[in-house]
Amino acid sequence: MNRRTVLAAAAALAATLPAGAAFAQAKELVLYCSVNEEWCRAMSEAFQRETGITVLMTRKSSGETFAQIKAEAGQPRGDIWWGGTGDPHLQAAEEGLTVEYRSPMLAELQPWALRQAETAGYRTVGIYAGALGFGYNSTLVTENPPACWKDLLDERFRDEIQVANPNSSGTAYTMLATLVQIFGEEEAFRFMAALHRNVSQYTQSGAAPIRAAATGETTIGIVFMHDAVTQAVAGAPIVTVAPCEGTGYEVGSMSIIAGGPNPEAARIWYDWALSARAQEIGALAKSFQVPSNRNAATPPEAPRLADIRLIEYDFAKYGSKDERTRLLARWDAEIGSLPK
Amino acid sequence: MTPAPARPARGDRAGLLWLALLLAAALLLPWYRGGAPGSSALAEGLAGRPWLLPVPAAGLALALLAARGPDWRRGTAAPALVLAGLALLLLQAFAIGLRGAALPGLADLLRGAGAGQAGLGWGGFLALLALLGLLSDLLAARGFCRGERFASAAIVLTAALLALFVFYPVLRLAAAAFLDQDGRPALAPFLARLAAPDLWGLGCLRGAGRCGVVVNTLVLGLLAASLATLLGLALALLVARTDVPGKRFLRAISVLPIITPPFVVGVAIIVLFGRTGLLTVWGADLLGIRPTRWVYGLPGILMAQVLAFAPITFLVILGALEAINPSLEEASATLGARPVRTFRRVTWPLLRPALAAAFLLAFIESLADFGNPIVLGGGYEVLSIKIYFAVVGARHDLGNAATLALVLLALTLLAFWAQNRWLGRASYVTVTGRSDAGLVAPAPPVLRRAAIAIALPFVLFTLAVYAIVLAGGFVTDIARWDLTPTFAHLWTAFSFELGAEGLRLYGSAWQSMITTLWVSALAAPLTMAVGVLAAWLVARQDFAGRRSFEFGTMLSFAIPGTVVGVSYIVAFNVPPVDITGTLAILVICFVFRNMAVGMRAGLAALAQIDRAMEEASQTLGAGGSRTLRRVVLPLIRPALFTGLVYAFVTAMTAVSAVIFLVTARYNMATAYIMGRVEGGEYALAIAYSAVLMLVMVACVALIGLLVGRRRLGRRSALSPVAAE
Repeated sequence: MNRRTVLAAAAALAATLPAGAAFAQAKELVLYCSVNEEWCRAMSEAFQRETGITVLMTRKSSGETFAQIKAEAGQPRGDIWWGGTGDPHLQAAEEGLTVEYRSPMLAELQPWALRQAETAGYRTVGIYAGALGFGYNSTLVTENPPACWKDLLDERFRDEIQVANPNSSGTAYTMLATLVQIFGEEEAFRFMAALHRNVSQYTQSGAAPIRAAATGETTIGIVFMHDAVTQAVAGAPIVTVAPCEGTGYEVGSMSIIAGGPNPEAARIWYDWALSARAQEIGALAKSFQVPSNRNAATPPEAPRLADIRLIEYDFAKYGSKDERTRLLARWDAEIGSLPK
Repeated sequence: MTPAPARPARGDRAGLLWLALLLAAALLLPWYRGGAPGSSALAEGLAGRPWLLPVPAAGLALALLAARGPDWRRGTAAPALVLAGLALLLLQAFAIGLRGAALPGLADLLRGAGAGQAGLGWGGFLALLALLGLLSDLLAARGFCRGERFASAAIVLTAALLALFVFYPVLRLAAAAFLDQDGRPALAPFLARLAAPDLWGLGCLRGAGRCGVVVNTLVLGLLAASLATLLGLALALLVARTDVPGKRFLRAISVLPIITPPFVVGVAIIVLFGRTGLLTVWGADLLGIRPTRWVYGLPGILMAQVLAFAPITFLVILGALEAINPSLEEASATLGARPVRTFRRVTWPLLRPALAAAFLLAFIESLADFGNPIVLGGGYEVLSIKIYFAVVGARHDLGNAATLALVLLALTLLAFWAQNRWLGRASYVTVTGRSDAGLVAPAPPVLRRAAIAIALPFVLFTLAVYAIVLAGGFVTDIARWDLTPTFAHLWTAFSFELGAEGLRLYGSAWQSMITTLWVSALAAPLTMAVGVLAAWLVARQDFAGRRSFEFGTMLSFAIPGTVVGVSYIVAFNVPPVDITGTLAILVICFVFRNMAVGMRAGLAALAQIDRAMEEASQTLGAGGSRTLRRVVLPLIRPALFTGLVYAFVTAMTAVSAVIFLVTARYNMATAYIMGRVEGGEYALAIAYSAVLMLVMVACVALIGLLVGRRRLGRRSALSPVAAE
C-alpha cells in the first residue's frame, strides 16, 4: 500500500518534469529581462511564436542583472539582456561584459537611441526612453499641486515624499545625476539635503515610491513618469508631473552578453526587439515608455517627450564608473547619513 | 567491545568496487561537463591535455597491484598511488581554469594549459569519489574506525562534501573581502570597510543621526528575541500549566509560521497597519487617530519577527516545561511553599536553560531574517538586507558584501558559542530512570492571568494575519477592502489548457512551483540521509577530527542565507565545480544548510538508544551499514520524520540563499513571490503563498504516511497519563 503510494506520487511528479530539464532543446535563448514582469512575458511569448526559438526568461532588476552577469563573467549563462535603465548597460559595456553588434535595424532608431549605442561603442542600444518626474496622489493633494522640483521642498510635504536609494536603484541614481546637471553639484546637494526633511523613506526598488503613492501610503513618489502613468491607467488616483525646471531621462537599453551560449539567437532577438512591431508590445503590457523605433506608434498614454523640458543628459559622464562611485559616496556622506 | 577484525573477502570486494569505479570514470566516462561520450581523462590526456594523465595512470597501476595479489592494500604502494592521484587531480582542477592557467608560469610548463578547461563532468566527479572511497578503504585497512569500512567511507565522504560545499565557499567569500576595487589582494580596503561609520555608528542612541547597520541588527535581534521568548513562555505556561481551553488550537497555530512563505506576513502587516491599512483606516474613522507610517521600520519588522519566532520559542520552552519532573514541584508544595514561591524557586531555575536556548535561537533567526526586513524595513537597514543590496545595488560591491557577510557570520557564531557555553555549565537533569509520578503544579493565578494577557493579543493577531493571507488571494483587492470573490489571481498564476496537445500550463507560476517541488522532493531525503549519517558518525564512531566535523555541520546551519547565496555564486560559477544554473546547486544548497537539523534530531534520538543493540547486531556478524539500516534506522524513525519534514518545508520556504541561485530555467516559488511583492502585486503573491501552504500541508501529511511512526514493541498504557 505504502509502496504503491510512493510510486504513484513519483510518477505524478515525473510527469511534471520540465521539458528543459530532460534535454536542452535545439534552439533557445536565455533572456535576462529588466522591465516589469508582464512586459517581459509578452515579449518572450511573441518572440517564441514568431521564431520558434524557446525563450528562457529571468526577470530581475537592472542592478541584480548586472550583478549576475558580472558574477557569471567566467562562464556566461545568459544570451541577451533586454530592458532596464541605461547606466548599468553602459557599465557592462565599459567592463567588456557585453559585445559589439551593429544591427541592420539601427537606421530606424531615434537619435537618442543611437547616441546610447555610440557612447558604448555599439555594445548596447536604446530600446525605449522615459523621463524622470514624480507623481502625486490626487486624493491627498487637492489644491496647489506641485509642478517643479523646488515645490517638493514645501513644508506641507514633510515626511510625505518617497524616492529610492540611489545605491540600490538606477531610478534614484538618475535623479541624483539629473539634479546635478540641472542645478550644478553644490546646489543639487543643498537641494537634496533640504528634500531629505520631506522624504519619509528611501526605498530599495525604483518604482516602489509610486506604488506607495497609489495606495496612499505616501503622497508623492519620485519615479520615471511612465511608472506613474502605469499606476494611473490601473485606476489609482495618481497625477504625473514633469518638473518645470526640466528633467533627465533614461534610455532603456539592450545588450548582447559576451560569450553567451546562443549568440545567433541573441542577434535574432536583437534585430526583432528593435522592430516597430516588437516595440509596440509594451503598451499592450501596460508599459508606457517611448519606443526607440521611429516607426513604432507611441502609446497615447505615454508622457510625450516633446512636451517635457528634457535636459542634455550626459550619459557618458554620469554612466561612468568613477563618476558614479564619487557621486554615490558623496550622497552617502552628505544625504544618506543625515538624521531623520 | 570490538567487532571481529576485517573479513578479507568482504573488504576486498569493497576496495575492488571502488577501483572499478575509478577505472570506469577515468577510462570511459566523459571527464568534462558536457563532454562527448568518448572524451575520458585518458582520451583527453593523450589529445593535448597531459595533466589529466596521472588519474588514469594511478587507476591502472592500482589495478596491476590488485591483480598481483589479494593483499594489495597492505603495502605503501597503494596509499601512495591513491594520494598522488587525488592530489594531482585537485591540483590540475584548481590550477587550470576556464580561460587558462590560474597560476602564472603554469602555461609555459604545460603546453595546452593556456587554452583552459571546462568544469568537471561525470568522469571527473566519479573519479574523485572513487579515489576518496579507495582512501577510506585503505584507512580502514590500517585500523581507522576500528577497521569498519562503512564508517570509514562515510566519514571520508561526508568530510569531503562538507569541505567542498561548506568550507570552500566560505573561504572563497572571505578571500573576496580582501580584494580591492581592481581585484588585487589588499588589506586596507577590508579594514576601511570594516571601520565604516555606517556599520558601527551610534548616532540614534544619542538622538542625533543614524545608527550603523550592525547596531540596528543587534538592537532588532535583542528586542525580537526578548519579546519572542516572553511570548513563548506565556504560551508554554498556558499549554502546560493551566486549564485554559483551546490548547490543541494553540499548538496548531504555532506550526503556521513554519510553513509560511516569507514576505506574506510582512504584506499582511502592511495590509493591516499601513497608512491606508484596514485597522489604520478604522482607527482613523472611529477614534480619529491620524494615520502614519509607523509600521515601516523597526516596529514593523519587530512585529513580523515576533510573530514568526514565538512559535519556535514556544516549542523549546514547552519541551522543557513538560520535562521537569513534577516530584520536585510537588515536594516544594508539600513543604509548604505557596504556588508563586514554588514557581520562583523551583520551576523558574529549571526553566532558565530553555529560556536561554529559546532566546538565542530567536536571536540567530532574527540575524538571518531576510524576508521581513525587505518588505517592512523602510529606512531601517539590517545586515542581511545590506549584503543583498551590496551585491545587487547600483554599486555592485562584492568586496563590501563579503566584508559585511563576515561580520554577520561572526555575530552568528558568537551567539552559537554563547549558547553552548551557557548551557554547558550546569546540570539540569530531572528526567531520571526513577519514578516521576508526581502531579504537575498548576501555574499560580497571577502568572496565569499575565500569560493570558500576553498570549491573547498574539492569538488574535495571528488569526488576523492568516485571515488576510487566506482571503487575500481570492478577493479582488484586499488592500482596498474590495472583497468581491475572484479566482483571477490564481488563474494568472496557474492557468492551464486541456487542448489537442494535451495539458499545457500557461500560468506564470507553474514553472517555479514545479521546480520548487522537485528541489524539495530531492533535497529532503538527501538532507535527512546526510544528517542522520553524520549524527550516527558523531554519536557512535570515535575518530580523529570529530569536533571539527561537528563544527562543520553546525557552521553550514549558522551561516545566514544571504551569505550562503553569495558564497555559492563566487565559488561554483567557475570550474572545477561549475554548477551554477543547475537544479543540482539548489538541491546541494539546501542539503548542506539543513543537514544540521536532521543531525540534531538524529543525535537526540540516538542518545536514547542503548548501544547494546547495535553491538549485538555486530557481534552477530552484521557490518556497519547493515546495523545502521536494520537496527538503528527503524529505532529513530521520529528523528527521520522531523528531519524530512524540516528539510522539505525549508526548501519550499527559504528565500535568502536561493535568490542568487535561481535562473530562468530553475526558478523557485519564493523568488517568484519576492518579484511579485516588489512589483506591488500583493494579491498574486498572497494567492500563490496560500497555494504553497496547502501544498506543504499535503506533502507533510504524505511524508508522515510514508515514514510512519516508530513501532517499538512496547505495550501502551491502558489510560492516558495522569499528567496530561
